Formats: sequence, structure tokens, C-alpha cells
Amino acid sequence: MKPNTISLEHGAGGEVMQALIGEIILKNFRNKSAGSVGLECLDDGSTISLANFNPSSELVLTTDSHVITPAFFPDTNIGRLAVAGTINDLTVMGAKPLALTCAVIVPEGFSLQDFEEIIKTMDETAAEVGVPIITGDTKTVEKTALDSIILNTAGLGITDNPIRDSGLRPGDKILVTGTIGDHGISLMAHREGFDFDTDLVSDSAPLWKLIEPILKLRTPEGEPVITAMKDPTRGGLANALNEMAAKSGTGILIEEDLIPFKRAVSAACEMLGLDPLEVANEGKAIIGVKSGFEEEVLSILRQHPYGRDAAVIGEVTAENKGEVILRNRFGGMRYVDMPSGDPIPRVC
Amino acid sequence: MSPPEKRVLMKMEKGNSPSMSAIPELEKKLLERIRNSKVSLRIMHVCGTHERTIAKYGLRSVLPKSIDVISGPGCPVCVTPEEDINIAIALAKSRATVVTFGDMMRVPGSAESLLDARSEGADVRMVYSIDDAVSLAEKKPELEVVFFGIGFETTVPANAAALLRNTPENFSLLASQKRTPPAIELLAGDTNVDAFIAPGHVATIIGTKPFEPLAKKGFPVVVSGFEARDILLGINLLQMQVEEGCSRVDNGYPRAVKPEGNPIALRIMDEVFETSDSEWRGIGRIENSGLVLRKEFEEKDAAKKYEDLYASFLDDIRKKAERKDKKRCICAAILTGKAKPHQCPNFGKECTPKVPAGPCMVSQEGMCYNWFKYSREGGSKLA
Repeated sequence: MKPNTISLEHGAGGEVMQALIGEIILKNFRNKSAGSVGLECLDDGSTISLANFNPSSELVLTTDSHVITPAFFPDTNIGRLAVAGTINDLTVMGAKPLALTCAVIVPEGFSLQDFEEIIKTMDETAAEVGVPIITGDTKTVEKTALDSIILNTAGLGITDNPIRDSGLRPGDKILVTGTIGDHGISLMAHREGFDFDTDLVSDSAPLWKLIEPILKLRTPEGEPVITAMKDPTRGGLANALNEMAAKSGTGILIEEDLIPFKRAVSAACEMLGLDPLEVANEGKAIIGVKSGFEEEVLSILRQHPYGRDAAVIGEVTAENKGEVILRNRFGGMRYVDMPSGDPIPRVC
Repeated sequence: MSPPEKRVLMKMEKGNSPSMSAIPELEKKLLERIRNSKVSLRIMHVCGTHERTIAKYGLRSVLPKSIDVISGPGCPVCVTPEEDINIAIALAKSRATVVTFGDMMRVPGSAESLLDARSEGADVRMVYSIDDAVSLAEKKPELEVVFFGIGFETTVPANAAALLRNTPENFSLLASQKRTPPAIELLAGDTNVDAFIAPGHVATIIGTKPFEPLAKKGFPVVVSGFEARDILLGINLLQMQVEEGCSRVDNGYPRAVKPEGNPIALRIMDEVFETSDSEWRGIGRIENSGLVLRKEFEEKDAAKKYEDLYASFLDDIRKKAERKDKKRCICAAILTGKAKPHQCPNFGKECTPKVPAGPCMVSQEGMCYNWFKYSREGGSKLA
């Protein structure tokens, strides 16, 4: 009879581990090669062919470890979070994702069915942007050492024009690719057992296909239209905008009424005493766009399902260097500060 | 934490306050009326959520210079005395499971915070309400669950209701509960303000009558709600009282507040708790301003139930506090409206939301927190 949970042997390098790799990992990763040596070779490493790229391009390398409790949440799992997170880190650098790695640390006793589900989700997420997962590693640890699965995904991308989070210039418009706070609030509601009577789910999504077309846009002078990008993950919009303002040496003024929020997110934040600007997103990008090109960028973004709610939310200012300011519909203004820690609900 | 099977159903799509949110441009009209009035006012509000509304909507940046809105002792976390926090920490260190609201966890007692105690291994957990704490006690009979119940008349009825429902034996309450009117009355005699915005949530429970003594002393009072437009309406109603040459309690939040309050909540509160003198952090002892468990509920009083257990830990905390280099915050002056946050020598330097030295910097309802986070110098830079 087949075991239905992970045991320490699954990471011991022997036959049991080979079976796990063969039956679950190799079987479910459909796209696993980026060169002459791919994952299916089970060699000590894999290769990536650069034959079709401009020799003056630059490679972009990023890595991210993912821990999330619970590993399954509405309506996806840690596998999507890990793959989309790494693809998005490459994407906001302006880099086409070439290949991903997948390292797993899993405690004994973890359900094999859940494990396979996570691997399948990783494959589906990577398939959305056509990036192969070409190498990996599996370790199992004792139950007492870890209570859930840890995924690490590294990603290699390539670009002719790296986009920085420090590239904002006064006058640029600030865009977001969709509604803010969905991931953080859906997760909090799921963890705490709140039912907000809506189908609010995590926005976790790989953004390469959404962003790729706007990277090609140039001004009549031949300059890139996109000046800066960042993904507002932990710490939300507040954290990402502050970093962008500080690193660019500019101010940012955003208009409250222009920021797209789902009704359930604003209501839940109001009820729990949270600031939706500080809540995590896993499928959104903040984009700096040269003034005058924002409508063109918006119309391209809105053609993709992940960009349907894209909006211009503000602009970059020369004054208030390093500060983010929010203006509401009757002119009231306040600073949007860096969040100090995890959002904590308040008393009443 | 609440059990996953416990679903709290909240109807979102229907929305809140349909009567007011349907009117666009209302804030602009109210602002115009406030600006056109010749009445200058120094107004104190006494509610953390009001401070949050004011800061969040940048109201100080749009109000004319003739209107100064300051924050009184309205943040429950901020006025919870250090000694009560010390007891909660001592309880947690003596093997009890201490559960409380999220923003209470980071407030420093005289030596450390509950969060510090947790990182040293104490069992401290965050909940959204006393009911979550009770169900934890029911589910885990091996734990001694203590709910650190802080707050004003807004949270006390929920505590009373829970205790009236026969909580399990391993559940008890460390109560640090306050009544608002005695504090406001005290402030009326000892502060430099012209008028008051009374707390809307508190008034939902206690009604508008308890604020009448203030009006009799000559202070215009308005009970306000928690949208920007509620605060603006409140300010304008206060101006109108001055224009009319009278002082009374206006109800600017009638969609939630009735003159008599909520009789059921008042009754169960009275059934479980009785008034006592109480210590307010930054202010001192205020007569009849506390709500403690009645004798019939003595066995639910964690401070008494586990006294022998936590005494030595409490001693250690006190000794540690003596050795600690005290950062001199001016919380007392801030909470009584005599100083503004940026006048405190620690503000923004040794005291920030990341490393709070005083309680007003910890809670999202604290005046210092909101000033630091949203306006730096109280909005002047943004005006």
C-alpha cells in the first residue's frame, strides 16, 4: 500500500525519494527544460540556452522563500504564491522569466495529496507565462522542526532595459494594475473564520504576460515610457510607494478616490481597524509612467484579465521628497507612512 | 483565535450609513459652513476612533486656523495603567494563557510589553472579542485562560454578557475597564478647551444624558459619529451653539445614538460590574471612573484568582522597572489637551510607532501614533 503522508525517507536520497520525485514532481511539472539539460535529466544542475538573446542583455536573478499558514487558502495554495511571487519579482525588474527553481522543505506527516496539489498548482501557475521549472531540491524534516511546508523559488530572467523601483521622476503618473488588499484581507478572513458574505479570494497571479506589452512602449524620443515598477506585497501599497519615493528622491501624491478597492476589502478594513493600503497584494504591480502615456498604458493593461481594474492613482511630485501623501475627495491630506509591523486589529 | 467553524456573517454589500453616504459633496458644504462661521473654537474629542477619523481624513489640514481639534483621553489602550499591564504580563509568565486585543499587545507596561513576554515564551494570544477567549477556554480545558479586558463602555457590555453566559471554570477576566463621563468632567475643570465632541460609540451605550453636566458648566457638547462628515457636522453644530449663545448636548449621530442609550447593555453591565475609583495612565486616579467585578463574580477575577501564582513575577517586573532608564514622555499633558505630540521631547525620536516609549504612540487610536503616522506636525505642513 502506498503511504499517504510524507516520511523522513522521502528526503533521504534513496529509492523512496526517487519515487517521490518521479511520481509527483516530474509527472506534474510539464515544462521543465530551458536548454539542453533539463529537470528530467536529474543531473546535478540544468542548463539555460541564451542563443536567442541579445548579447548586451542582462540576466536578472531573484530568490524568495515562502511560508504561509495555512498552506491552502481561498482559492489557491502556497504553490501559486511561490511561483507567481518569483515571476513577479522578475517582471517588475522588466525581465522576461527564463527559468525557475523549486526547493521544498516539508515536514514528515504532510499529506502527499496536498503535496501533489501544491506541485500541480506550481506547474499551472508557471504555465500561464510559459516559464519552465528546471531544477529543484526536496528535503524532509521531523514533525517537531516544522509545522508546514516551505517553498523556495529562484528565478532567472533577462532584460535589455532593467526597470528599477528608483526610476520615478516628477510629473510621472502612478498606476496600479488592479484592486488593492485582496490577498491580505481574504487570508485574514479565512484564518479568523470571518465570512464577509462575498467571494473575496487571494489575488495571487503571475504578471509577466500583463506587463510584457507595456515594456516595449517608447516616447517619440525613444525613451521607455515605463520609468519604475514594484510589486506591493507585504506592507502593501504603503510600503511599496514609500520605498519608491525614498529611492527615487521624489514625493508621491495619490488620490484616495482613484485607488481601486473591492467593497469587501474596504468594509473589512473599516471593521477590523486595518488600513487597506498596508495590506498585502500578490498579483498587483505599481507602475511609474511618463506623463501623457498613462491612457495608452491603461488601455493595454485593461485588455488582460489581471489588469481589468488598472487605474491611475496619482503622480510623482518634486516636493515632499521621500514622502507619500494621500488626498481625499474634499482635499484632506495625510501622510501614508511605512507600516511598522504586521497589521494588528484594534480594540473597537 | 476563533475556531474555523465559527462563521461570523457580516453583510457587506448593504453598506453602512446609507442616509449620509448617498449625499456627494457633503464634506465640502460642511467645510464651507465651518469656514464661514465667525466662531473660533478649541475642541476636545475623547475617543480614539475620532482621532483616527480626523487623522485618516486629514481633517486638520482642511479646517480653518480658528478651529483647533485636540485629543483627550479617549484611547482605551493609552489610558490602561502600567500596573494592570504588569499584572497581565506576570499572569502570562506564571503559566496562564493571556488573551487580549491586538493593539494591547505592544503597549509597554513599566518594564516590558505582552509581546515581549510572548517572545520570551509566555502564552499570549490575540483575539477579536471576549467570545473568542471563552471558546478557547472551552476547547482547551488544560489552559487557564485569562481575558485581559480593557476599554470603555463600548467593550464592557460584551464582557458582561459573556460572564452572564456561565463561562467555563478555567476562564477568568483581568478587568481594566473605564467609564468616560467622570474623566470628561475632570478635564472640563482642568483644561484649556471651549467645547467637546462626545464619543459616539460610548453614547450608543450610555446615551446623551451623562454628558449634560458638561453642558450645564457652559461647554457646548456634540455627540458625533465616525465618518469625516460626522466630525465636520459636529464641529459646525458646536459653532452654532456658540452663535446661539447657549450650551447643550446636540446629538449629531442620531442614526446610532438614542438619548437613553442602550438599556439592555446598561442593565447587564450593572449586573456584573460596579463603579470604583480607577487609575488612568497619564492622568492619575479618577473617582468612580472604573468598572470592577461585583462580589458575585469574584471567582472570575483573574487578579484575585491567581494572586499567589503571579506575585513573584510581578515583583520581578517591578524591580526590572526600577532599573530601567525612564523615558520621560509628556503623555499626561497630551491626554489632557495641554500639549501636542510634537512638543514631547521623545516624539519622533526615541518614540515612534516602531519603538513606542509611551502608550499614545502604540495604539492606532493614540494621538501620538496618528500625529506621527499621518500628519507629522498636525497637518500644518500639508495645509
